Parts: sequence; structure tokens; C-alpha cells
Amino acid sequence: MFETSLTWNDTIFLLQGAGTTLTITFWAVLGGTILGMLFGLIRATSPWWVNAPIGFVLDILRSVPLLIQFVLANSFKSILKLQVSAFTVGCVVLALYTAAYCAEIVRGGILAVPPTTRRAARSLGMTYTQDLTNIVFPMALRVALPSWIGLTLGVMKDTALVLWIGIVELLRASQVIVTRIQEPLFVLSIAGLIYFLMSFPIARLGARLEKRWREND
Amino acid sequence: MLNYTFHWRPAFNALPDMLWGALVSLQIAVLSMVIGVVLAVFLALGRQSNNKFLYGFSTGWVELARNTPALFQIYMTYFGLGSFGIHLDSYVALLAGIAFNNAGYLAETFRGGLRAIPHTQTRAARSLGMTAPQAFRLIVLPQMFRIVFYPMTNQMVWALLMTSLGVTVGLNTDLTGVTQDLNVRTFRTFEFFAIAAVIYYLLAKLITLSSRLFAWRLFRY
Repeated sequence: MFETSLTWNDTIFLLQGAGTTLTITFWAVLGGTILGMLFGLIRATSPWWVNAPIGFVLDILRSVPLLIQFVLANSFKSILKLQVSAFTVGCVVLALYTAAYCAEIVRGGILAVPPTTRRAARSLGMTYTQDLTNIVFPMALRVALPSWIGLTLGVMKDTALVLWIGIVELLRASQVIVTRIQEPLFVLSIAGLIYFLMSFPIARLGARLEKRWREND
Repeated sequence: MLNYTFHWRPAFNALPDMLWGALVSLQIAVLSMVIGVVLAVFLALGRQSNNKFLYGFSTGWVELARNTPALFQIYMTYFGLGSFGIHLDSYVALLAGIAFNNAGYLAETFRGGLRAIPHTQTRAARSLGMTAPQAFRLIVLPQMFRIVFYPMTNQMVWALLMTSLGVTVGLNTDLTGVTQDLNVRTFRTFEFFAIAAVIYYLLAKLITLSSRLFAWRLFRY
């Protein structure tokens, strides 16, 4: 018969890890979305000499492995002798990483609005700001939201990497338990199941949203 | 405030070692991509299949690969498979994990690509006397690869970035692994990892650039 030495406390420990994963995801996505919207708007509307440097920095964030970014940020924190926790470092790095992707999504959404529509808005007497808030943003939202949901799920999965700078999130919690009870497959499967349950329903929702909006276009 | 002296000299002295590591990283990325593409073609076909088992298997693979962290998948191949008596060394485990992940993501991309090709193409090929596998291999696949070329390039860059996860399962020959080894010996964390970051960035650009050239050469008509 199937037996395991996984106790009730271990399960609670795993769920606490999942809670940490969700907390980091929340802060990273919140910060990343605000920054990303800002950068995306700048990138979609500015002349090239503003656009190019911002684009370059965001591209670096997307082209360097997240693990390396965590290590660099963590050691930079020690160099500056900043009194911040690894948790904060993790959230900040992930937020910047999210912002880099979010900026591209927002930019893509804004650029997907046909120029003729915007010109029509302006010729109806709307100001530039009115055009942005009443015409461009609602239309861009439809293009951007499915990708944004995908990004949020991606960030949720990427939070697993913060274990390298010493934060006990879901995957690290499972590893701690594996070290004690020596049942890697079983414990990892539970961790995987929790990730799956956190990610799959939202992924489905995003896919359905995308499909419905495309049909109604 | 900043009473830390940067020591770039040892880091630059270690540059040859790190470049060899970069080569290993690139090798893993390329291999995982080749395996991933082959598997993904079959998975994409499986998801269109009427056979319940094939459909279930490939859907399960794709959803698992897309809804769990890549690091989890690598842990599974490294620690998890041990329960079945399969003990992979960290290089193979990393490669298997990334290939699993690649296959899942690429299968979805390929499915989209296949859907974009009109059915009339297959029908025309069949009526010219080709068998079904021939029509797929000679008519449908080349068109699909053209459609999915850019998403594939992105996946290749991600595969390269994912190779950095090897260090978490004890790989010490790839770029991150070599860097971590040097770091443990000297504690010059920032300097070494900053150089590793630059190398990763350049490798990612190299992949993007060479695929642009490739596309320009390939899709000129």
C-alpha cells in the first residue's frame, strides 16, 4: 500500500510557500504593470532619441537570465550596504523584469490602434489627452489584456527562481521537505500540482477571453 | 558610502573559462531546441489527432510544460526521476528539462502555425499523388516553419536563458555554473556575474541576429 511520511504540517508549509509565491507575484506584477504602462506609453509616443535608450535598457532586462539578475541585485544591495530584505530585492528585480515585458505589450497595444481612428478622434475635436484616454486606451486594452494575463502567469512561474537568493517559496519549500523525508517525486508532484492549479484556470480564462474578443471584432 | 573596491582584474582573467562555459550553454540551448522542435511537431499533430490517447498525452504534456515553472521541470528530471531508478547527471537532466519545456511551448506555436495553412494545400498535394506523410512533410511542414520562424527564435533565446538554471541542480560547466564556481572561490560575486550577464546578453543578440540573417536568406522569395 502507498505510504508517505509527509505530515499535515509539511502540507501547511507547502501552502505557506505557495502563499509567498503569490505575494511576490502580486508585488512584482503590480509594480511591473505600473512601470510597464509608463514605459510602454513613452515608447509608443516619443521620438526615437527618447525611445532608443529606454528600449535598450528594457531589452537588457529581457536578454539576461533572471537568475543572474537576482544574484547581481542581491550582491549590489550588499555592496551599497542597503538594509533591505531578500524578499524586497526579489520583488524589485521581478517588477523590473515584468515592466520590460509589459512595456512591449502596452506599446504593441497602442500601436495596434489604427492611426486613422486617432485622426478621426482628433478631427471630432478631441484633445490629444482625450484621444488617448477615450479612444486609444480602451482599444489597446483589448489587444493587450490576453498577453498581460500570459505575462502574469509567466512571472508567477519565474518567482521560483527567488529560491536562489534565499527566499522560501513553493519550490524551495518542497525541496526542504524532500531533504527531510526523501520522497522527491511525491513532494515535487504536489508542488507541481499547486503551481498547475494556480496557473491553469487563469490561462484558460485568458485563452477564452482572447478568443471571444477576436470573434467580436 | 560606497567603501567597496571593485576588483575587475580577476574577473577578466577568468574570461576564457567563462567563454568556454558560454559555449556549453549555447550547446545545451541548441540541443534542447533541436529535440524540442522534433517533439513539438509530434505533439502538435497529437493535439489534432482523433485518437483519445494521443490527444490526452500531448495535451497533458503541453499543459504541464506551460503551467509549471521551468525550474520545477528541471527538478523533476533531476530529483524526481530518481524515484524510478533513473539517475541523470545534471547536464542531461537540464537538457531534458529544457527540451520538455521547449516542446510544450513550441507545440502550441506549431498548432497555431498548422491552423494557418489552408486545408486545400494538403488536398492539392494528395490529389497530385502524394501520400499523407509526404504531403505533410513536403508541403505543410515547410510552410509551417516559415510562419513560426520568429516565435521559434524567441523560444531559442528563452532556451539559452533557461540554461542558467543548471546551476541549481549542480551543473558547473555552463556559463552560470563556471561563474558560480569562481564566485564561491573568490567571493567577487558582482564582478563575475556582471561579466556573465554581458556574455548572456551578447549570446542572446547573436541568436537574434543570426536568425534574422537566416530568415533573410531563407525567405527572400
